[in-house]
This record gives sequence, C-alpha cells and structure tokens, in this order.
Amino acid sequence: MTGQTRGSARPNQWLRNLNAKIASIPMILTAVVIFVGGTAWTVLYSFTNSKLLPRLSFVGLDQYERLWAAPRWLVSIENLAIYGFFSLIFSLVIGFVLAALMDQKIRFENTFRTIMLYPFALSFIVTGLVWQWLLNPQYGIQSIVRSFGWTNFNFDPLYNSDIVIYGILIAALWQGTGLVMCLMLAGLRGIDEDIWKAARVDGIPMWKTYVLIIIPMMRGVFITTLVIIASGIVKVYDLVVAQTSGGPGIASEVPAKYVYDYMFQAQNLGQGFAASTMMLVTVAIIIVPWAYLEFGGGRKRA
Amino acid sequence: MLNLVANNSTVTEHETVPVRIKSGPSGPKPRRTLSRRNIVVYGTLIVVALYYLLPLYVMIMTSLKGMPEIRVGNIFAPPVEITFEPWVKAWAQACTGLNCDGLSRGFWNSVRITVPSVIISIAIASVNGYALANWRFKGADLFFTVLIVGAFIPYQVMIYPIVIVLREMGVYGTLTGLIIVHTIFGMPILTLLFRNYFAGLPEELFKAARVDGAGFWTIYLKIMLPMSLPIFVVAMILQVTGIWNDFLFGVVFTRPEYYPMTVQLNNIVNSVQGVKEYNVNMAATLLTGLVPLTIYFISGRLFVRGIAAGAVKG
Repeated sequence: MTGQTRGSARPNQWLRNLNAKIASIPMILTAVVIFVGGTAWTVLYSFTNSKLLPRLSFVGLDQYERLWAAPRWLVSIENLAIYGFFSLIFSLVIGFVLAALMDQKIRFENTFRTIMLYPFALSFIVTGLVWQWLLNPQYGIQSIVRSFGWTNFNFDPLYNSDIVIYGILIAALWQGTGLVMCLMLAGLRGIDEDIWKAARVDGIPMWKTYVLIIIPMMRGVFITTLVIIASGIVKVYDLVVAQTSGGPGIASEVPAKYVYDYMFQAQNLGQGFAASTMMLVTVAIIIVPWAYLEFGGGRKRA
Repeated sequence: MLNLVANNSTVTEHETVPVRIKSGPSGPKPRRTLSRRNIVVYGTLIVVALYYLLPLYVMIMTSLKGMPEIRVGNIFAPPVEITFEPWVKAWAQACTGLNCDGLSRGFWNSVRITVPSVIISIAIASVNGYALANWRFKGADLFFTVLIVGAFIPYQVMIYPIVIVLREMGVYGTLTGLIIVHTIFGMPILTLLFRNYFAGLPEELFKAARVDGAGFWTIYLKIMLPMSLPIFVVAMILQVTGIWNDFLFGVVFTRPEYYPMTVQLNNIVNSVQGVKEYNVNMAATLLTGLVPLTIYFISGRLFVRGIAAGAVKG
C-alpha cells in the first residue's frame, strides 16, 4: 500500500536529503572543525616550543621528553591509573549490587532511588567541597571517631600524600554510583520475567542466575555504563581542584589539571599541548579496541 | 548447594502453610515482610541510604551553626543555636579576590549562561537527532560516529583551538563564547539521546506522514515534537544540571566578572586568605547545589526514566 503511493509521490532524492543536511550542519561543523580539526591542531602544536603564544617552530619530541621527565606528570598519570581502576571496579560492583537489591520488589523503591541518585545532580565542585569538610581531620570524621575514645584513629586522606587519591575516590563514588545503579536497574527491568521463572524452576540459586544468566544478558547495559564511567574518569578535574587543589604538594595532581595549569597559568603552551596529546593517546588506547569491536567487526546486533 | 537452597524453601513453606489454612481466606494477609532475606535487603538499603544522605545532612547542619559552635562541637550534631547569618553572608558578602558581593553575582551569571545554552543546544541536537534517525543521508553516519567518538576526546585537547576560534570571532571571555562552547560539547550526548528516541518511535507513523506529503520540518514540528515531550524534558534536565555544574569551561572561557557560580564558589571556599569560615562555606556550597537539587527533586521520576530510556537503547 505504502510502496505504491511512495513510488508515485516520491520527492526528489537530492532535495529530500538537503533538509537533513542543513539540519546537520552544526553537527558536521562540530565534528569536523572542533573535534577533528582542533585535535589535529593541538597534536601538531605539541611538537613546537610554543610558550606564551602558539608558534610553529618545531622542536621534535622535546616537549614529550620534558613531560615524561617531570615528576608532577608521572604522579598525575599514576593517580589517574589508580583512580580509574578503582572507580571502574567499585562503580560497577556497587552499582550492580544496589540495583539487584532494588530489584527485589521492595517497598519505598522510589525513595531509595531518589536518595541514591541525588548526589549525581550535584557538581564535582560541590561534591569536592563537602567531602573536603567531612574529611577535615580537625573537625570531620577523624575527630568524631577519636572523640568516641579511639584516640589513635587516623583518617586524613586529604592531608596524607600516600592515600589522598583514595579520598578523592570516596567523593567520586558517592557522587557517581547512584547513576550506575539506575542504569543497571533499567537493564535488570528490561530482562524478561520468564527468564527468572525458568531459572527458579530449574532450581538455580539466585546469585548464580545473576552471574551466569542475567549479567551476560545485560552486556549492552554494561558496555554503556563502562563507557560513561570511563569518559568521566579521564575528565576528572573539578573534583580534584575543589577537594585538594592537587595537594598536599603534588600528591593528587591529575593529567587534566597539569594541562590546564601549563596552558593557562604557567604560559607554557607546548607542555600543555604535549600533555593533552598524551591524554588523547590514553583515551585512544581504551576506546579504539572497543570501537573496533562494536562498530568495526561487522554489525552484529542482538 | 542446590539441594540446600531447595530444602530451605520447602521447610519455610511447610511452616507457613498450616497457619494460612487455619486463618482462612478472610484472615489477615500472611506477613512476609520479616523474612530473613527482606531484613538483609532493607537493612543494606537503609545503611546505604544513610551514607548517601550524610554529606547533605552535615552540610545543612554546619551552615546553620555559628563558628564558635563549629570549633567545639562535632559536625554531625545539630546546631544548638540556629543562625541564618552564614547564608546571608554567603549570598551577599563573601569575598572572591577584591569583590565582596557574595555568590549572588555568580548565581546570576550562571542563569545567564544556562538558559540560552540549554535552549540552543537542545534545539540543534533534537533536529539533528531527528535527521539522523529518519532522514539518513550519505555520510551522515560517518559524521555521527566522529561526533560520538569525539565525545571521548578529553576537553583539554580541544580547549586551546576553541580559545583561538572564539578570539577570532571576538567572543572570547564573554557569555556568548561560553554558550557556544556549551552547545558544542552538549551535542554528542544530546544528539545520541534524540536519535535513539526518534529511532524508537513507530516507523509507521513517520511513513504515514510521508505518504500524506509532510516534509522534513512539518514532520518534526507536528509529529515528532509533540510525541517526544518526555525526551525534551529529559534533555533539559540533563543540560541544566550539566551546564550549571560546569567548572572547567567557566574558568577557561570567561573573564572573572562573568564567572559562573561553581567557579566563584571554589574561589570563595578555597581562598587562602583570611580565617576559614566553614559555616559560610557550607552555606555557599548548598546554595550552589540548590538549583540542580531542586530540579532533581521536582523531576525525580522523569530524571530516572530518561536516564534509563537513553541508556538502554544505546
């Protein structure tokens, strides 16, 4: 029916596409000029000795050699690795466990969900400042526990360079796990009730059903979540600025902060470009294999 | 292991069945709320909920105390003497650098940044997502892929070229410049959101409209738009909170007099001069968090539904 009408009244192919093309101009500009062009520009200028202003005088890999010799950069990379690793693991595990608990047909589900998700509405600046206050050794959690009589209790992550990154991790998890829980819960709700019935009939214990049946079925949700968390990790900047300003000393520096400081404060653009290019490489190492699997190896949609 | 679980369940059933028979269908509903499993589930959830609520509670309590009380008391104790002075001070008198007119300036800057950014970015992204979902043209998928992959490029890589572009346009340091930046970086996620949503609408609808001779814009305005109000609300929530909470772009792309609230807040709290007034700091922090929190609590269910819809289909 539709085919016949379409055949006779089909608008001009080129004109039809024109509107869509006009609508896509902002996207095309953003994709090509900013994302591709901007990235290429930064990579190109990372091989120059630009200081206050970008200049095209190439110095080869000088900036990179200086970068990888800088203790501050090495600390930043180490921090990002620790932070990234733990925040991925903990977000996924905590998020999934909470979602599974919420999926037990409980009462007050909405209340619990509202409570767990509200930190996600807050900015990293607010999150960082609250946790700076909670972890304040003089007034915060440490002093409370000490006042209970446990006078040797030590919990001052923000003032101890060995564990400062974990102090930031606590704040980040408080802010972000609610979102992961919601994504996982949506995934769980999308699973056919019959699967559960079948598993119950077969006498498979609940945890086994989750691990062996439900989680593999939620592959898509896990990938989405993983990608969301991972892209958040690399961008981590505000949280550190608010919570510790990179301190004590340089103990909680992260790459994003290194870039900002060199570009806009130390007026050493070349270093900033080189550092940001390294961030790009880090992301590429994570994203390219994933993108290849998802989009490259033939479209296999479940 | 398997047998054990099966046995357990049969045992509990045996125990409850006679009770049920005796009480008959007219008796009270069998109480299942106190099973061991429920205790574990609710217990865990309540502990978790308390953990999530703790920082908010501490923030509110601290902001209502005077400094002397903070110095002697503990942060969890409710205020002995409630004072709103820290709030007034945070809003109207707190200092950033030389200015001592409080957070109010940052608040109004944030409003002037957020409102246009949200409207423009959503308008562009929704039309774009619609084009991608229903009017595919050659190369569209390529650009879209670049856009999505671009969302993973760290902002730091693109910041400086954007500074140059904005400077050439003469809007670097102004609110206009910042609005453009927000529109650009909101595009990947919003376009994805809208594309997925529109692609999920029944195709027959679109086809029927085409048969009736409706064009690109007509279908968008008359059919897609009215049908997708929820996703627009979702996009709005996403953008308002995202842009309000932004810090990096505010710091990079605006001059101090246009600093958004988050930047000003950070400058107030983390300033090294003067005595630290924790109560004022917490009041200022709460004030900054108030806008997204209000949106969140009002739109709670839509917020959640939106996240779910956007994520699962992706």
